[in-house]
Amino acid sequence: MKLRYGTFSYLPDLTDEEIAAQVKFALDRGWPVSVEYTDDPHPRNVYWEMWGLPMFDLTEPDGVIAQINECRTTFPDHYVRVLAYDASLGRQSTAMSFLVQRPAQEPGFLLERVEGPDRTQRYSVRSYATERPAGARYGGE
Amino acid sequence: MSTSQGFGFPRPSATDPAAASSAADGEQTTAEPVTLADDAELDLSADEAAARVEGTLASLDAELVGLASVKRRVREIASLLQVDRAREQFGLSSSKPTLHMSFTGGPGTGKTTVAMRMATILHALGYIRAPRVHVVTRDDLVGQFIGHTAPKTKEALARAAGGVLFIDEAYYLFRPENERDYGQEVIEILLTEMENERGDLVVIFAGYPDRMATFFAANPGLSSRVPHHIEFEDYDHAELVRIADLMVAAENFRFDEAARATFSEYLTRRMERPNFSNARSVRNAIERCRLRQARRLVGLRRPLRKEDLVTITDEDIRGSSLFADEAEGE
Repeated sequence: MKLRYGTFSYLPDLTDEEIAAQVKFALDRGWPVSVEYTDDPHPRNVYWEMWGLPMFDLTEPDGVIAQINECRTTFPDHYVRVLAYDASLGRQSTAMSFLVQRPAQEPGFLLERVEGPDRTQRYSVRSYATERPAGARYGGE
Repeated sequence: MSTSQGFGFPRPSATDPAAASSAADGEQTTAEPVTLADDAELDLSADEAAARVEGTLASLDAELVGLASVKRRVREIASLLQVDRAREQFGLSSSKPTLHMSFTGGPGTGKTTVAMRMATILHALGYIRAPRVHVVTRDDLVGQFIGHTAPKTKEALARAAGGVLFIDEAYYLFRPENERDYGQEVIEILLTEMENERGDLVVIFAGYPDRMATFFAANPGLSSRVPHHIEFEDYDHAELVRIADLMVAAENFRFDEAARATFSEYLTRRMERPNFSNARSVRNAIERCRLRQARRLVGLRRPLRKEDLVTITDEDIRGSSLFADEAEGE
């Protein structure tokens, strides 16, 4: 199952040139860009691990691409995303967030049904990947 | 950002997404390269980039006094890139020229100014992506503890990406007397970055001639990767006077006749003093003249005309400490 997460998630995976062009778009608008990674793909897991600090004062995407590649080599089987934060007054939120790496095998999610009171039914989603401990989830032995 | 048109499913773009994105980010869109026939003729001056470069070179000639050898070298580099573009149009491929440079010269000889112009020219010819100069010194590159230097240097490189990295007083990077100095690490990182074929970063090392010579002698690997060594000569007296005229005119002031002669005499005296730093000293001298002029005008206690406000008189220059001994003797 392919995780559809963040901007551009219904497009084919972006190439490095396309990532650079998107990062350039963010930098041109003055949004600092940061790189984050995780191996817990649960949709409600919004706080991923930061790869270094957000990169401020850049004008060209080369530095970001270098950081993405470093992150990819360190965590070849993790999800890696790029965030752009718009600090302007009135917005002050993440302006763009897209995946730049996904694991080769994505096992998908289990929909769990839980009986509540009065025959109500509650649902939860659990990733098959998280059955294994962190760090050993995707292809990691 | 365009305003949202409401929710909707994105439609697949009719055009190729790669082409659309490169057009959107404002970079030069390279049209389908057409290889010219072998017997075709190409007018170099018809190239639109050439016109922009010519403009920059002309302003370099007009606004910078002297520096004949520097101007010649800048012109050569511009021509090389221009010819390379022409060769490309004929389908003749050649390796991308390395343009890392070293600028050596005394203080105030215009190294930084020329670096800015160089960035404009390289950008006009499409060698770098933005006409931007990122000026750094040792403090911006060297870290304070083990493991701090590499991230710091990489950050500086990331900021300079696509433009010019100008390393001022580059010889401070290398401290032979301290073998555990982190400067060596910076040089190694710079070397790998400069070797990078795909990168379009241009590194300029700048500094005083004698110390730069020792610096390059101690780092032969670095020296061999910097093909362009450009020397900035000290200005002579006549050139300094012309620089002063240009500076005064740029600030909307002017010297009166007596003042010009006095300023010329001032320069003669100033050049003999230690720590004379060429154009920078001239600028400082003019700044001080403005101060004295302002004090004189306020002391006049009469309505001022425009003429008063723009004129720097003999008296304003005579107030300098260089003329102090003479005043005492009188």
